[in-house]
Order: sequence, then C-alpha cells, then structure tokens
Amino acid sequence: MSAPLYELRQVEASYRGRRILEVDQLAVQQGETLVVVGPNGAGKSTLLRLLNFLEPASGGTLHFQAEPVPHPAPIELRRRVTTVFQRPALLNRTVWDNVAYGLRVRGRAPGERLRGLLRSLDLEGLADARAGSLSGGEAQRAALARALAVEPEVLLLDEPTANLDPYNLSVVEGMIQQLRAEGSCTLVVVTHNVFQARRLADRVAMLHGGRLIEAAEAAAFFDHPRDPRAAAFVRGELVA
Amino acid sequence: MSKALNAMILPMLAVLLLAACAPAELAVLRLATTTSTADSGLLQAILPSFKEAFNARVDVVAVGTGQAIELGQNGDADVILVHARAREDEFVAAGYGLARSDVMYNDYLVVGPQADPAGIQGLATAAEAVAAIAVAKAPFASRGDDSGTHTKELSIWTLEPSPDQGWYLSLGQGMGETLQFANESGAYTLADRGTYLAQRENLPDLIILFGGESIAENPDAKLYNPYGVIPVNPELHEGIQAELAQQFVEWLTSVETQEQIGAYGVDRYGQPLFYPDSEPYRQAHP
Amino acid sequence: MQLAAPSFLADLAEIVLLTIRVTGVALAAATLLGVPVGALMAFSRFPGRRLLVAVIYTGMGLPPVVVGLVVYLALSRSGPLGTLGWLFTPAAMTVAQTVIALPLVIGLTMTGLEAVDPQLRLQLRALGADRRQESWAMLGEARSAVIAAVVAGFGGIISEVGAAMLVGGNIEGQTRVLSTAIVLGTRMGEYSLALALGGILLALAFLVNIVFIRLQHRPPWWLGR
Repeated sequence: MSAPLYELRQVEASYRGRRILEVDQLAVQQGETLVVVGPNGAGKSTLLRLLNFLEPASGGTLHFQAEPVPHPAPIELRRRVTTVFQRPALLNRTVWDNVAYGLRVRGRAPGERLRGLLRSLDLEGLADARAGSLSGGEAQRAALARALAVEPEVLLLDEPTANLDPYNLSVVEGMIQQLRAEGSCTLVVVTHNVFQARRLADRVAMLHGGRLIEAAEAAAFFDHPRDPRAAAFVRGELVA
Repeated sequence: MSKALNAMILPMLAVLLLAACAPAELAVLRLATTTSTADSGLLQAILPSFKEAFNARVDVVAVGTGQAIELGQNGDADVILVHARAREDEFVAAGYGLARSDVMYNDYLVVGPQADPAGIQGLATAAEAVAAIAVAKAPFASRGDDSGTHTKELSIWTLEPSPDQGWYLSLGQGMGETLQFANESGAYTLADRGTYLAQRENLPDLIILFGGESIAENPDAKLYNPYGVIPVNPELHEGIQAELAQQFVEWLTSVETQEQIGAYGVDRYGQPLFYPDSEPYRQAHP
Repeated sequence: MQLAAPSFLADLAEIVLLTIRVTGVALAAATLLGVPVGALMAFSRFPGRRLLVAVIYTGMGLPPVVVGLVVYLALSRSGPLGTLGWLFTPAAMTVAQTVIALPLVIGLTMTGLEAVDPQLRLQLRALGADRRQESWAMLGEARSAVIAAVVAGFGGIISEVGAAMLVGGNIEGQTRVLSTAIVLGTRMGEYSLALALGGILLALAFLVNIVFIRLQHRPPWWLGR
C-alpha cells in the first residue's frame, strides 16, 4: 500500500479554548471514499475544514502526500481540495456563473466540459436561471457541479443530501458513485444516514464528542463494530 | 478586469484632486470683509478694475466682523476691510495688521414697523430712540454676533438689555437675515443704510424711523459708520500676499476708485450707499 | 449674483459644475477609501474592534459644521497644514466633504457585508478563492447595501452648507456651490433665486440617485453580474 494521501497524528482542534476535535491517528488513502459519521457536534465539520486546509490544527501534525501542511496553506495546495456543504452557498448570479466560479478563480475559462457537467446533474435547462430562483435540490446540485467543475483531487462533502428529496438525493448520490467508480477523486463524505454510509463507504470513521472512536474498513465497521456507540449507530439507533 | 479598473481609478482621482487645488495663473489676493459690505454689491462693482490694473483676482470671503478679524489674525486673509473702529485699532496695535486706512463711511438707521409702537419717529438721538423702545418693550432684533453693527448697537444703549427680557431678541445672524426677521415679526432693528437700501424691496413692512432718508438727514452723528482697510502683517504667517495687499490698499484709497465708490448705488437708490473718505480723497476734495 | 444680470446663466453653470466637481471627487474618495475599510472591518476580528465600530457609528452622526471647523483650523495658515494653501479653495471643501461622507460609507458597507451569509465566505475559500477574490465576491453579494452606503454618503454632502461655508468661503467664481449660493440668496432676501437654486440642487440629487438605483439593479459588467 502506498503512502496515504492524508495522515493525521495527535491532531487537535480548539475553538475559544475548548477542545472540539481529537484524532489520535487517521489516514485517508488516495482514491478511496471515507465516510465520517457521528452525532451532531461530534467534530465532523471541523475535520473537513482541516482536510480542506481552511483552518490550522492547534496540535499534532497533518500530512498531505507525506508533506506537513503549513498554515496558512499555500493557495495552490488549497485549490486541490474543495468542499460541498449541507446548505449550498451560491452567489447571487446565474447557475452557469456560479458553477464556473471555481474555474474563474483559478484563471481558467469555462467551456464544453462545464456544459456536460450540468447535463449530468440535470441542470442544463437551468444554466441561465438565477441562483435565487432555484429549489433546494436544484441549488445543491448546482453546488456539486461547481465543486466538480474544478476537477478536485479531493472532494469533501458535509451532509450533502441531508436536506434533499429522494430525486435530488439520487442524483447527488449517483454522481458520488460515478466518482467512486472512476477512482480519480478521493472522497470524504460526512453523513448521519447509516444507509447512505453503507452505500458509499470504502472505509468508515466515527467521531463522538470530538474524538475519533472507531475507524475501519466498511465491512469490518458494519459487521463487527467494536465501540458500543458505533454498534448503536450501525443498528440504526439514535446516538447522542 | 477589476485590476485594470482599480489601476485606472487612483490616478484619475489624483489628477482630479490636483486639478482641484492647482494654483491659478493670476495672482490671488484674499480679502476678508463683512457680509454687509459684500452684500451691498459694491465690491462686485469696483473690483474688476483692480483685476485689470494688477492682473490679480480678489477672492472675497464675506463673514461676520469677528470672523473677518480672526481670519486676519490667523493669516488666512491678506487684507481686511471692516467697520469696527475700536477693534481695527486693536488689530493694528497688537501687530496683526500693518496700518489702518480710512476708506469710506455710511450710516446706521433704526428701522421698524410702520405702526411705530414705541413712538421713536421724530426723536433727536439714537440713544433716545432705543430708550423709548426699551420703555415700550417693543420687540427689537439685535445682530447679536459681535459684528460692527452689533458693536455699534451696543454702544447706543444706555442700559444694555438682555435677551431674558423677552422683547430684546439676539439673533446671531447677518444683516440680511436680521432685517428679514424684523420685517416678518414687526420688530425694530439697527441696520446700515447700505444693506437696508439694497434689500428695501423685500422688506415691505419696515420703514426708516430714525436716521432720515439720506445720510445728510441723519440727526445723530453717533450713527456714523466708518470703514477701514488693513493689510495683514506678513511677518506673522507664510504665504501672505504683502505686496499685492499694499497695492490693493493704495488702489482702494485712490481718488479714482473713491469716486467710483461714491457713485455706486446712485442710479438704483437715488443716493450713494457709501461716501468716499480716504486720505487722498479728502485732500483732493477739501 | 442677481437674476437680472446678463451673466446669470454663466454664473449658474459655474456654480453647478463646481458643486458636481467638489461633491463628485469627495464621494469618489470616500468610496475608494471607505469600502475597503468597511470590508476590512466586516471580515476581521482584532482587539479594539468594538471601539472602532463605536467611533465609526459616532462619525456617521458627526455634525458637518464641526467637521468644517476642524478642517478650517487644520488648513488655516496658522494651522498645521497651512502650507498646503488649500483653505478657501475647492480642495478644502472636497476634504471636508470626504471626511463627512467617509464614516457613512464605512459603517454601512461594514453592516451590509456582515449581513451576507458567513457560510458563503467559508464556501468561497473552499472553492480556492484567495483573500482578494473572496472579498470581491462578498462585496458583489452585498452590492445593494454597498451602493446604499455610497448613496448615504452622497446625501450627507450634496446639500451640506455649514462646512462648505467655513472652509470654502463662498467666494464668487471660486468656491460658491449650490448650497452656499442658496444661503447667500436667502440672506439677501432673493427668495425666488434661492428657491430656484434649491430646485436645481434637488434635481441634481435626484438624477444622481437614479444612477445609483440603476447600479443596484442592473449593474454594469465591472460591478459583478
């Protein structure tokens, strides 16, 4: 097995003096889909922010491609990773201009590939629609298109389908499955939905109260969870 | 694109700001004078000949007497033209001004409502007139702004009235505004003849109750209002146009200009608004 | 200036042009300085920030004539900046108007930007925007509010007269603008002239505000789509 894409050791994150994330050891392999689960406030979003180099860890080391990541991270490094959040934060512009934003920021012009991307997310007809006029599902699909437009090496998704109806959920998950199959992108998906976790995960990491309590291959996690809270989650119980 | 725009805007702004304060080709003399002097229109009428003769522009800043003198003290004016003799003498004595020269004079009047509730018409002196107003507690509008007019007004009262008395109204405004106030509220006021005549058409409810229809008819010499011109001491501040100021004083007191002063207003008001009184003029017309 | 004078229209044109020039430059300066400062205030946290916000809010309510007095004292020949020679020139009026408009532009830009979804900032950074790109996109989202900030600055200075009189001197042909000309007209009892000038001032303000409204709703390419 080659060196992991991400390696976290004794990583800690604090906010206003309070410890909100503690990860003893976590590795993310290139090309895999890591699903991160856990109750609200467990530190999942914080972890994603660290992986997107948006925040520094207050302790421990974060390595990307075996190199330690400085803070502030160089912009070229930041631009290799992007995030889709639970609420799509679109700009007050057309769908096309929104989806092209990441490209423009990198000095690249949008072209045919972008049009193909819109098509694959069923947004072609909405290219000229203003962001404010979109439904929740349309907006989230646009946010995903925007993230994919920059061809990220790492795509982070923070509860991407939590607010979506079945149709939009299926479109978004379908795209994630397609990316998994293509294998070119490393994916980290945060979800509280155990079924979605089963569908998408190569490996699963569970956070609770800011601590990483279990990390394993999908089969091991779902069939033989060691931590009782992980077991509860796998059974579909609410974990506080 | 936005970078290009940003790059353009700052230099544009710099050019505009520079244009805003670019020095003119003409020399500029700054004259601080009182609002009543400026509002009479006299300066507008005579200054063009100074401009021609000396290729200089005169920037007239018209403010209250107090502020005009203050401008002179701060060196923000090159020459001052005011009508407050005592303060002018102080100004020169304290070293702010080089020397005072007589320029012209006019007089003050007491104007008021036609009904004349205090019955001042026909009285012999201004002091008696204002005393009558005090007795009658008729409304009196005072400039209240430390101007030449205000100073003169204060010198006429035997007992200085105070605003708490209700009929004595201290406005803190210029002559024009004070006259309008008097016109609207039927009050008496002390006004210089020049401003009154210039605004007479807009003051239908005010008439001259003390002072006569012309300076010759003014029974009280105390209402005489002399103007003085003083160049500001260039030693005290940088940038004073000392030479131009001197030329201005000489020009203003020259017989030719003095005669122009004496002619101003005759067509319009049937009498001059100012009487020439400079040293050279007096010598030419003994 | 008298209505009957043959040069009336020329005088009037001079006064209107000077008004546009002085207020135009002041507003441009206040915008170019104020919008970035407002953005900085909205996006940064530093010790003493609350105090600075209080200062800005106070500045929004500063009596313009007090600004005029301070600028006069600064630019006076016996003052610290007397050597500039700006007193009683349009430059002084521009300075005073810039000082009056600046807190308005800063304060309203700041609050306008604070009202933009903070999640958006995180998302833009996650998309690879650098500090400048992120600020520019946020400003675009708050475009309406930022333009309103400039409108507020404009409103505060176009008809201001106390400071304009103090630092400009209302010198005929040099520093006479619409507002000071109106005061002069009123002082001399020429009410119809003063009213006419007032009408022109209002019309000017109205036209400028229409331009601002257009910028809010149909912005040109360089103000964002």
